[in-house]
Amino acid sequence: MKGESNTSIHVTKLIRLIRLSVVLLFAFIGSMIFFVFSLSINSSPQPIETAVSTEVLDDADWDKIENGIHVRTGLIDSEGLMAVVSNCTNCHSAKLLTQNRMSADQWNETIKWMQETQNLWDLGGNQEIIVKYLTTNYPYKKKGRRAILSNIEWYELED
Amino acid sequence: MERRKFIKQAALSSFATLIGTDIVFGSKLLDGYVPLAMQDPDPFALFSKDKGMVVLNDKPWNIEATADLLDDKVTPNSSMFIRNNGKVPEELDASTWTLTIDGESVSTKKTYTLADLKSKFQHHTYQLVIECGGNGRKEFDPPAKGNQWGVGAIHCASWTGVRLSDVLKDAGIKDDAVYIGFHAVDVHLSGDPEKEPISRGCPMSKALQDETILAFKMNGKNIPKIHGYPLRLVAGGWPASVSGKWINRISIRNKVHDGTKMNGKAYRVPCKPVAPGDKVKDEDMCIIESMPVKSLITYPKSGALLKKGKTLKIRGHAWAGELEVAKMEYSIDFGSTWNACTLEKPVNRLAWQHFTSEIEFPKTGYYEVWARATDTNGVAQPMILPGWNPKGYLNNACHRIALKVT
Ligand code: HEC
Repeated sequence: MKGESNTSIHVTKLIRLIRLSVVLLFAFIGSMIFFVFSLSINSSPQPIETAVSTEVLDDADWDKIENGIHVRTGLIDSEGLMAVVSNCTNCHSAKLLTQNRMSADQWNETIKWMQETQNLWDLGGNQEIIVKYLTTNYPYKKKGRRAILSNIEWYELED
Repeated sequence: MERRKFIKQAALSSFATLIGTDIVFGSKLLDGYVPLAMQDPDPFALFSKDKGMVVLNDKPWNIEATADLLDDKVTPNSSMFIRNNGKVPEELDASTWTLTIDGESVSTKKTYTLADLKSKFQHHTYQLVIECGGNGRKEFDPPAKGNQWGVGAIHCASWTGVRLSDVLKDAGIKDDAVYIGFHAVDVHLSGDPEKEPISRGCPMSKALQDETILAFKMNGKNIPKIHGYPLRLVAGGWPASVSGKWINRISIRNKVHDGTKMNGKAYRVPCKPVAPGDKVKDEDMCIIESMPVKSLITYPKSGALLKKGKTLKIRGHAWAGELEVAKMEYSIDFGSTWNACTLEKPVNRLAWQHFTSEIEFPKTGYYEVWARATDTNGVAQPMILPGWNPKGYLNNACHRIALKVT
């Protein structure tokens, strides 16, 4: 079971690599031809170079971290991040994780429920890492029996 | 975007120049390449939703309204919440759509085309409240699992269709029938074709009510794809998960339906009250039927600054699951005193009821307006959170808005 998930991750990586090479190839051919043409029709090859570098960056940025956040998933960059990204953002987005604030027990129970009913695979040693990551970075905050109203946007009421 | 198109065309045309022909699959190939981030669809445009709607989850789509967006008497599509358990089906063809009635307790298994349903049975239109069982989950402490809905997983649109009872009777209901269970064409999040994302239902008594319909129109038009086109089961007043979308089969069961999300803790609450955070065994959880009494102040929006001496006009809706709302009140002193609102009768059973009131404020300062509905059994909304339950269902605590008189 664990092997299966690893394989699928490798396959995804491989596909991404192939995609990248195909685009680089196209981009290279494109630049060459535009370069040749630009000599005769006097157009600048500049925009293409910019475009190419953007594309390459996009792919290299697949797992980019910005201001401590994993951009693609919105998850906090911290120990265990990639275990969560590769096991918990396949079926649903990470928004379902970050909305929920649970104890380690509850996370383990939720994982068990997904394994029994939702086709989640055996996480092996990653389970502890994932649960630690979630309880550390998305801790439970007390709300009491009724919270005060917050985040109020004040506005003049016109009639 | 423009730059992307440019490089795509540049690359394609150069490749074509090289091999001297058009590339048939070229466009497909490059389409597939556009980085994921660029493919993120805009849900507001995709589903024609108001920009003020709140996206809780983008995979699967779960989107809710804010109270002020629900001000219309009949909720327009633009303000209707979206709850999906699986992936939205891609191909939905009304011209080839069929509905099969089967199960242990059907006299004869029967299949109807959508055209059959429309021509064979009488049409009925009702305004029906559909509220997610987990509406208000966000407030529970300790937190309850699932999408953290605020107040906006509710709507009351106008639905047109045929009575489920007419169709079930046409196929024939055996004496031992207990429950119905729906089946639909949406796909499980894992992509497993053997798994149904959701297959719920209701007891025969609810299935045979006049207002329980197989709808093909919403607010006078074809149902939007995301809300169940071309056929949706609509069972007003019960958890929205009973109102299955994209329905192609209904089973008449001789036992309580055991489809996905009928079991375990899904859409169930403890049969006996429990302390917050208690562990509850699956066998001690009971299926939710009617939703509880509740109300929303839809005008003004929370955060109003009001000039002293001005009268505040408030309005909103109230509903009570299977029952009617008998009384509607507001308080501006945190429940110390309550004042009656004007409350309309529902346009039909299971539609929400509209209320209005005018409020004078004694002095300047910070206020909260609280709204409280009472149903025909004398049961009112609690001011604090109702009984805690592991999945955070049925939060019908009073709605409140903040306001300053200046
Ligand atoms: C094989 C698919 C799959 C994977 C992988 C997966 N989940 Fe889920 N998960 C689901 C499904 C299906 C649901 C139910 C979604 C719904 O009802 O909207 C769900 C629901 C949840 C919920 C809400 C639970 C509730 O009671 O409503 C949480 C929290 C969650 N998943 C966390 C995780 C975490 C953490 C991981 C990584 C260990 C993970 N998921 C990986 C399929 C998956």
